[in-house]
Amino acid sequence: MADLITPDLIDLDLDAADRHQATRSLAERLQAAGRVTDLDGFLADVRAREAQMPTGIEGGIGIPHARSAHVTQPTLGFGRSATGVDFGAEDGPAHLIFLIAAPEGGGAEHMTILASLARRLVHASFREALRQAPDPQTVVDLVNKEVLGQ
Amino acid sequence: MRIVAVTSCPTGIAHTYMAAEALEQAAQAAGHEIKVETQGAAGAEALPPADVAAADAVVFAADVEVRNRERFAGKPLVQASVKRAINDAPSLIAEAEAAARSAPAPQAAATTPVPTTKVEQGGGWGTKLRGWLMTGVSYMIPFVAAGGILIALGFMFGGAEVATKVNGGTFGGVEYPGVTDLSELLAQAGWAGVLFKIGATAFSMLVPILAGFIAFGMADRPGIVPGIVAGLLANEIGAGFLGGLVGGLLAGAIVLAIRRVRVPRGVAGIMPVVVIPLLSTLVVGALMLVVLGQPIAAATEGLTNWLDGLSGANAILLGVLLGLMMAFDMGGPVNKVAYTFGVAAVASGNLEVMAAVMVAGMTPPLGLALATVVRPRLFTSAEREAGEAAWLLGASFITEGAIPFAAADPVRVIPSLMVGSAVAAGMSMAFGNTLRAPHGGIFVVGLIGRPVLYLLALLAGMLVTTACVIVAKSIGRAAPAKVEPAAATG
Repeated sequence: MADLITPDLIDLDLDAADRHQATRSLAERLQAAGRVTDLDGFLADVRAREAQMPTGIEGGIGIPHARSAHVTQPTLGFGRSATGVDFGAEDGPAHLIFLIAAPEGGGAEHMTILASLARRLVHASFREALRQAPDPQTVVDLVNKEVLGQ
Repeated sequence: MRIVAVTSCPTGIAHTYMAAEALEQAAQAAGHEIKVETQGAAGAEALPPADVAAADAVVFAADVEVRNRERFAGKPLVQASVKRAINDAPSLIAEAEAAARSAPAPQAAATTPVPTTKVEQGGGWGTKLRGWLMTGVSYMIPFVAAGGILIALGFMFGGAEVATKVNGGTFGGVEYPGVTDLSELLAQAGWAGVLFKIGATAFSMLVPILAGFIAFGMADRPGIVPGIVAGLLANEIGAGFLGGLVGGLLAGAIVLAIRRVRVPRGVAGIMPVVVIPLLSTLVVGALMLVVLGQPIAAATEGLTNWLDGLSGANAILLGVLLGLMMAFDMGGPVNKVAYTFGVAAVASGNLEVMAAVMVAGMTPPLGLALATVVRPRLFTSAEREAGEAAWLLGASFITEGAIPFAAADPVRVIPSLMVGSAVAAGMSMAFGNTLRAPHGGIFVVGLIGRPVLYLLALLAGMLVTTACVIVAKSIGRAAPAKVEPAAATG
C-alpha cells in the first residue's frame, strides 16, 4: 500500500479564511496526487460530515474527514495555519488541520490505519512535534513513525 | 475500578478512535482498568461479555446510537458526546467513578448477567465462570417462568391428570393413551391440555437456552449455535441441566479455540458464517453424543439396578436416598432414576415411594423461593424474579424451578437442595404417606395418605433447604462484602 501521507500533501503555511477554504485547499493537493478523483464530490462528502457535528476539537485541531466514493486510497492531508481556521471547537480556531480521506467501502486494513492515526492525534507530544516540524518531510517521517511504526 | 466504554461517531474513522485513546489514557492515569469498544469503520471488536459483567461502570462516548446497548443494562452509566471524551476524558472518568460509587449494589441490574459476588477482585477464573453461567441463567429464567406457570395452570384447570392425558401413562389407576396427534389435543385434553403442552414445550428449551447462552457469554454470537445444539443433545441423551451446563462451557471453549487459529485471508471471510459454526457444532456434538452419552446411559442403568436392590431396605433410608437423588440434578439422569423408581413402585402397589419422591421434588424451588424472600441480598435480581415463580413451580412439583439457582451457583446450591429434599423424603417415608399420582404437587393433596403429616414433611424440607442455602451462600461472601466499599473508592 502506498504511503498515508507524502510531502506534496502537506501545506505548512496554509492560508485560508474559513474551514471550507482550508479543506478545499488541502483537497486540491489530494486531487493533484490522484488520491481524490472528483474534487467537488469529495468536498460535498466532507461538508456533509462537517454539518452533522463540527470536527474541531480542543487544542487547536480540525479534522475534516469523510468516507467517500471519490477517494482511491486512505490518505491524510495536513495543513498548518499560523492565523488559525475556525473548525467549531469551543476553545478557538484550529492551527493543525488534518484532512482524512477514506475510500467508501474500504477494507478493514485501511480503516485500521486511519484508526491508529486518529488515536495518535490525541497525544499532546504528537501534536507538539507537528507544530514544530520544520519541513514537510519531517511531518511525513513523524506520521510514518507514530502511526505505522516505520 | 473496572470500566468498559463504547465510542462511536457518524463517520467512524476519526473521533471514535480519538475518544477511545483519550478515555484509555485518562483511565490509566487515574489507576483504573478500562476496555473500549470502538464502533467505527474498522469493525467493532465486541467487548467480551465477561468484561462487561465485571465492569463497575460504563461510559458511552457516542454521537450515534450505541449498538447492542442492552448488554450494559443496569450498569452505572455515564453518557457524553464523543467530543467531550476527546476534549475532557478525565472528567468523564471521574463521573464514571462517582456513578459506580453511588450505584446501589451490583445486584441491582435487571436482566444482565451480573456476577453477584466479587470474590475474585482480580477477575480470575471464578469471576469469569460465574459471569458465563449467569449469562445462560438470565436467558433461561423466562423460559422457566413461562413454561412452569403454564404447566401449573394446566394442573389448576384440568387436574393433575392433564399431564398423563397429554403424554400417556397411568394416573391414579386410570390408563390414558396420550395425545399422539396434536390436532386432537384440544378435543382429548381440553384447554388445560393445551396449557400443559405449551408449557412443556417451553420447558424443553430450558437446557438448550442455558447451554446456548453460556456459550454466548464466553464466545459471543458464534457460541450460540454449538451451545444450543449441545443443549438439545443434552436433552436427547438425558444429561439434564448439568449436561447442558457442561455442553455450553465446552461449546464456548471450542469456539474460542477455533478463533485462535490463524487462517489465510481467503478463508477468514467465511470463518464466522461457515467454518466456526460448522466445526464447533461438530466437535461439541460429537463430544456430547460419543463421549458423554454412553457413560450417562450406563450410570442410569447402574443406579436403577442399585435402587431396585434396595427395595427391601429400611424405608426411611430409602426415602433419604431418593431425596438426595431427586435434588441432585433436577430433571437430569439421577433425578429421572429416582422419579422412575417412584412411578414404577406405584404400578407394583407401593404408594409410599411416590409420595417421598414428590415431596423431595417440591422442596428445592420452595426452599429457594423462601430464601430469596428471607435474604434477598444473597441473590441477583434475576434470581429474585425466578424466586417469585418458584413458589408456584415448587407447589406444583415442578422441580425445574430450582434450576436457575443451581446452574448459577451449583457448588453451593445443589448440596443444600439435596439436604432439604432428603429430610422431606425421609420424613414422608417415616410418616407412611402414600400417593397414587405421578405428579401434581399441591393439586393432588386429596390423593395423599395422611395429608397433614405430608405437609409437615414438606414444610420441614423447605425450611431445611432455605437454611442450608442461606448458610452456603454466606460462606465466602462475608469477607468481600466488607472489602466492597473500599474497592469502590480505589
